Amino acid sequence: MSYGPKEVLAGIDFTASRGEVLVLLGPNGAGKSTTIEILEGFRHRSAGHVRVLGVDPASGDERWRARIGVVLQSWRDHSKWHVRELLHHLGGYYAAYSTAERRRPWPVDQLLEVVGLAGQAGTRIVRLSGGQRRRLDVAIGIVGRPEMLFLDEPTVGFDPEARREFHDLVHRLTDVEETTVLLTTHDLDEAEKLADRILILAGGRIVAGGSADELAREVAGETEVRWTQDGRRFVHSATDATSFVRGLFQQHGEAIGGLEVRPSSLEETYMKLVREAEGSAR
Amino acid sequence: MNRVFRLGLARGGVELRQTLTTGQDVFGYLLPALLLLGTLVLMRGSTVPGTEIALGAHTFVSSLGMLTVIAGVMTMAQYLAMDREDGTLLRAKATPDGMSGYLIGKSVLVAGVSVISCLVVLPGAFLVAGGLEFDAAGAFTLLWLVPLAFLSTMPFGAMLGSLFDNVRTLSLLMLPIFGLVGISGIFYPITALPGWLQGVAQLFPMYWLGLGLRSALLPDALVVAELGDSWRHTRTFLMLGIWSVAGLALAPGVLRRMARRESGSAVAARRERAMTRMGV
Repeated sequence: MSYGPKEVLAGIDFTASRGEVLVLLGPNGAGKSTTIEILEGFRHRSAGHVRVLGVDPASGDERWRARIGVVLQSWRDHSKWHVRELLHHLGGYYAAYSTAERRRPWPVDQLLEVVGLAGQAGTRIVRLSGGQRRRLDVAIGIVGRPEMLFLDEPTVGFDPEARREFHDLVHRLTDVEETTVLLTTHDLDEAEKLADRILILAGGRIVAGGSADELAREVAGETEVRWTQDGRRFVHSATDATSFVRGLFQQHGEAIGGLEVRPSSLEETYMKLVREAEGSAR
Repeated sequence: MNRVFRLGLARGGVELRQTLTTGQDVFGYLLPALLLLGTLVLMRGSTVPGTEIALGAHTFVSSLGMLTVIAGVMTMAQYLAMDREDGTLLRAKATPDGMSGYLIGKSVLVAGVSVISCLVVLPGAFLVAGGLEFDAAGAFTLLWLVPLAFLSTMPFGAMLGSLFDNVRTLSLLMLPIFGLVGISGIFYPITALPGWLQGVAQLFPMYWLGLGLRSALLPDALVVAELGDSWRHTRTFLMLGIWSVAGLALAPGVLRRMARRESGSAVAARRERAMTRMGV
């Protein structure tokens, strides 16, 4: 994918399977939004092979569109409409695409309950708080019971409780509805909680991919070992922490105290990978 | 398609109700009506040259044509530009058949707004009561004239709305439209203008709409104030027809091009530009 003379994305290669939650993680300008917009069929790519639900998004028809849900970063649309009115209206477009195993659209009252907006059903959208507006965006994204849901920074502006409820909702979507979810986030904690698989993007490339555990393991020399010896504190980063500690005891035996072995957190892994990627780009 | 049409109708209905309950919008509909009433009051006592009929009646009917053109072109363009700026259009794009539903809804809304603009000037009819005449022939004329009025203006409004990136630039469009009002025989019979200006006016729908409405709602004696002393129905039908066909032929391509370029980042970029402008 190139954008003007500058190539923005290269080497983005991944597959998501049904019911999986895939998280795109990366700093600003890494290419997360570009990637997601290509997959949503909102942006055309200059090269590459892309299939979403078996269809090239660049030529996806309305039937394909009905199977996709989209939640973008900042919606301000339909501000004069009432919450229930808009969900009812937009849901109407999906009725023709209802199938035996997937009844479309999601009944409005049930949907309002699911996203926690039952109390705001009659509210004008312009009067919603930031977090409520975001929930409405999510509700609109899933009103057609999508098989594939794209979420671009879904929890920006959520308080911790709303964030937790949102995470429960995502789990419900993947477990009960078998929806495949692709979401972008800055929030490492969120990525770790939600993702079956995390892809780290930096400089328009996927620099690493896997579950949070796998990612941590992938980054060599990241396990931190701390101990005290003769009243002094030592810190060492070891690739193979087990054999390092074994060696430590063999050499110093009883002199070792206060041992701590800390595998690197996702945050450390992430920082290291992004720094490496940005360093190599320069 | 019937289903999408119904959704579009419902959408237009909801938005029509919204605009009628928004004070600012209602004021926007009332203001031209008040200005027009003022003009009609000032015109009391004048007659159309060569007739006994009040000039106010001529102006009243012609201005209905003007209001229809302004609604069809300007209002349509403004709605589209606004909806592009706030992401409503992108939402339509993200919904199956959403774009068709959106455009049908917008057409219903603009037609509604146009009818409302005409209804609020109706009190003016009492000021010029003596000059109006409406019969079966007039009703038949309206039957083909009103749809043509919408068809010849709305596609161009939609295209203009899709070409301008922000609502502010769009308001510059008002200048050429007011220019057209000046030369299209709205406030005074076109026969008073120099020949070349008459030629320019006759290229655009506003003149023909005014002419058609005058033929339907004014006494036939007034025909002497028209070019060639004729209502020229065939010409009116042809000219408005040409504008309609051209608009309907061009609009889908232009709108598709616009829709293709809509994306989350495009909406975000426009929003950022709007914010910067406000900051300056």
